[in-house]
Amino acid sequence: MKLPYHGAIDCDLHPAVPSTKALVPYLDDFWQDHLANRHIDRFGLTLSSNAPGLPISAREDWRPAQGLPGSDFELLRKQALDGFGLRYAICNVLHGAVALFNVDMAAALCTAVNRYVAKEWLDRDPRLRGSILVPPQNVDLAVAEIERCAGDKRFVQVMFLVMGDAPLGQRRYWPIFQAAEKHGLPIGVHAGSSFRQAPTGSGWPSYHLEDYLLQAPAFEDLIVSFLTEGVFQKFPGLKLVLAESGFTFLPTLLWRNNKVWRGARTEVPWIDRPPADIIRDHVRFTLQPVDAPDGKMLNRIFEHVGSDKLVLFSTDYPHPHFEGDDALPDGLSDDMIRRILIDNPLETYPRLRDAAGAANAQMNKEAVP
Amino acid sequence: MSRYVVAKAGEVAPGTSKLVTVKGREIGIFNVQGAYYALANTCPHEGGSLCEGRITGLVQSDGPGQYKLLRKGEFLRCPFHGWEFEVATGQSYCDPTSMRIRQFNVEVAPGEDVVKGPYVAESFPVSVEEEYLVVEV
Ligand code: FES
Repeated sequence: MKLPYHGAIDCDLHPAVPSTKALVPYLDDFWQDHLANRHIDRFGLTLSSNAPGLPISAREDWRPAQGLPGSDFELLRKQALDGFGLRYAICNVLHGAVALFNVDMAAALCTAVNRYVAKEWLDRDPRLRGSILVPPQNVDLAVAEIERCAGDKRFVQVMFLVMGDAPLGQRRYWPIFQAAEKHGLPIGVHAGSSFRQAPTGSGWPSYHLEDYLLQAPAFEDLIVSFLTEGVFQKFPGLKLVLAESGFTFLPTLLWRNNKVWRGARTEVPWIDRPPADIIRDHVRFTLQPVDAPDGKMLNRIFEHVGSDKLVLFSTDYPHPHFEGDDALPDGLSDDMIRRILIDNPLETYPRLRDAAGAANAQMNKEAVP
Repeated sequence: MSRYVVAKAGEVAPGTSKLVTVKGREIGIFNVQGAYYALANTCPHEGGSLCEGRITGLVQSDGPGQYKLLRKGEFLRCPFHGWEFEVATGQSYCDPTSMRIRQFNVEVAPGEDVVKGPYVAESFPVSVEEEYLVVEV
């Protein structure tokens, strides 16, 4: 169905990944020179799972006449921001820097992407928000990038791919979470892989179809990693936002975690309450692509999950997941729709909450004669 | 309810248990630091024989990577799926309000009392000099 009112918060929208050439002005002198020397400035550092040439990379009516899907600001404004009546939209730019082996180059390119996003996108429309792209290959450099960006309150989360070097909950990554928690930034994790590891536990699959389907179990692995490593005990203010993960795997994941915890909890005694409760408190999921067949099934899943706080509205613009303006699945209650469109995103992102609060206060002030 | 003499007190040393059968029902008698407890030998989860489980302590933590073993000898781990139970109350650690082991009253009675009755001790030779464990079923 269409959104019943204006003011929804889109938690996953994709401006096109900029070409390396477009990033050059945002690089420091050394890297500008270095990339030119090695002709890397002619090279598109896009992730293969997100290749802009793939048919699934954009809805036909959302392709600009020229350039990559999501590259035309005016079109994005008209189709997404105005089209869906959005209050805020979080731009997730998944650049291939996160998969480079040269950690300094990775960090320089992440910085360039974040500068580019701020200047070329966030500056253009007050409704746009950004995710901080960090080099997960090196924790110190990732923390430095968070610190560099944190002063710009339009950046509302830190962004990772679901498959990287190691399970992301591990202690080596904690300085990143500490910095994120300190600045009120959730950890956003998007579908995708740096292809350091095979997406299955038993090696490399043969087909793209497998790669696509295997994202969901990777997200389950990630949740289990954050849970068992005790990330949420260590950083009680931290939220984990999974983008394009789907969520229909949740009922069995929650149930199995609770069940196994009962007998095996002494190995990880910091899990001091049923795991499903911890997951419900800390983990959130963007809506599109919805991985349930219909509203009836979806409502049953919400019932099994036992919470209406877990799902955050997203269009995943310009990727094709629904027809026309029907960004919401049918059959949801009015309360659930409001939670998904507005309340859940505001409760998840402290910086959106602050911005919305300040905007409301301003409106009230102006309303007083 | 009747009271059954099930063992000599000295038979169940601190930190151990003894399985007895009363009215066809298996009951575990546990000695935790000198205090006796009687628990049904049937795990409330799926019926594991609790007397075959390990007697252990309570593992707690102040945060990831921090481990403490508290209250040694006061907990019991079911041999089937590892759920933990507090011996003194029969409560499970994972779900204390709805998952608990059935408990029975057990007390130490001197031999003179036991000889006088009203205890059921048909199959159990009792002497006035010793102390006995008496379970109420
Ligand atoms: S039967 Fe005792 S834990 Fe399952």
